Amino acid sequence: MFTVLLEKTVDGQRYIDWLVSGLGWTLALAFFGWWIAFAVGVVVGIGRTVQNPFFRALARLYVEIFRNIPVLVQMFLWYFVLPELLPTTMGDWIKQIPPPWGTFFPALWCLGLYTAARIAEQVRAGIEALPRGQDEAAAALGLSGYLTYRHIILPQALRLIVPSLTSEVMGIYKNTSVALTIGLMELTAQARQISDATFQTFAAFGAATLIYLALALIAYQAMMLIDKAVRIPGTAPGREADGSDFDAVKLESPVPNGMEIVK
Amino acid sequence: MNSLDFSIVLQAWPYLWSGLLFSLSLTAAAFLVGMFLGTLFALVQHFELRVLSQLVRSYVALMRSIPLILVLFWFFFLVPIVLGHLSGNGRPVPVGATYTAFITFGLFEAAYYSEIIRVGLRAVNKGQFEACQALALSTFDTYRHVILPQVFRVASPIILSQTIILFQDTSLVYVLSLTDLLGAASKLAQLHGRLVEMYLAVAVVYLIISCAASQFVASLRKKYAIAGARR
Repeated sequence: MFTVLLEKTVDGQRYIDWLVSGLGWTLALAFFGWWIAFAVGVVVGIGRTVQNPFFRALARLYVEIFRNIPVLVQMFLWYFVLPELLPTTMGDWIKQIPPPWGTFFPALWCLGLYTAARIAEQVRAGIEALPRGQDEAAAALGLSGYLTYRHIILPQALRLIVPSLTSEVMGIYKNTSVALTIGLMELTAQARQISDATFQTFAAFGAATLIYLALALIAYQAMMLIDKAVRIPGTAPGREADGSDFDAVKLESPVPNGMEIVK
Repeated sequence: MNSLDFSIVLQAWPYLWSGLLFSLSLTAAAFLVGMFLGTLFALVQHFELRVLSQLVRSYVALMRSIPLILVLFWFFFLVPIVLGHLSGNGRPVPVGATYTAFITFGLFEAAYYSEIIRVGLRAVNKGQFEACQALALSTFDTYRHVILPQVFRVASPIILSQTIILFQDTSLVYVLSLTDLLGAASKLAQLHGRLVEMYLAVAVVYLIISCAASQFVASLRKKYAIAGARR
């Protein structure tokens, strides 16, 4: 069934090379997008929990905006709208970035900052799940706000939310396919291109589906390993310190909109 | 930077409105079909029916592992073929992108809803089942009148939040060239060369609807928590 993938394409490659190049873009987007998302997400998540009302409001605004606009619309905003809103010289410079990178970078910002909003909510949930005594003990020891977050709150909260971050990892690699709408030839786009060129739709989409399944499995297993490695001793495997399964779901997404259950 | 002119959005409003109505009806249909099938799927897994529960589990895992866009492409290709076989003559039946979208979203969301309901079912206290047995309720009555109402109530904030995500995801029918809210905006934007205004307007519409819905869910969460339940 998949023999068609070994046939030669018009440009002298084999169809499987198209798939591999698509997979490369998908992985690059997911990987680098994840680190943007994680870095921004942790900062915004902390912002949601600090005392200062200005930073709280700012963090809330970020989350509401990036979570409540569909990722496809955000993709168009980054790709079509942003260069027009910037000063002309800068906009023109962006528009002249050569093809794969001209679509790769908007897709990267888009996925990174979109996923960041979702991670921020997980981080916030993790911080709020900690007992208040942790905060108070740190204050009693005379730790500053920065030191409290750096040494007391974050090390615990981040370890607590590893299971629920799994769904965000799965989310970002699935959302990479949205980049095909602005012309990035990632995995789904390549599968469609092979299907259009050979009319072997079943083989083309089937191969892409198998690759996505493998990625999901790898992502899931990797997150399980990370969870096992960093889990706070004494908490049940894959669960929060005090909860049944349903609490885990709630902790994963205590605020509307951030919920997807991955088990 | 050209000057922005949002009057184009006002002129285009009737067309955008019809696009929005399409988005909303797709959301509503996918919600109904998804909840119905999702509940069935969850029950199949809950009862651990031998072959069926394996099948359902694989289906749910598959749907949750591949991107919705790829699912849309699959269904666009498969639905005509499957319908052709079902109708007996074996020839593909052209169903069109609109029906494909409705079928895809219904079946795709069923996987997500079933996962929510499955977790909800596991969270129901054992005593509830025992009490039903003591009252000699049939299995059907137990689930119909005792278990499922509790599951829906406890899970309703999560179900509704998933529905808000579903509403945002309907924008992906853009890849089938359908005229939902985004599709309508995109077609007009290209026609008039006004991409900036149209896409910004669409973003604001999505933002307002999703934010309002999230607020509504948050208030519901407070109001309808089962009295005495933890948290």
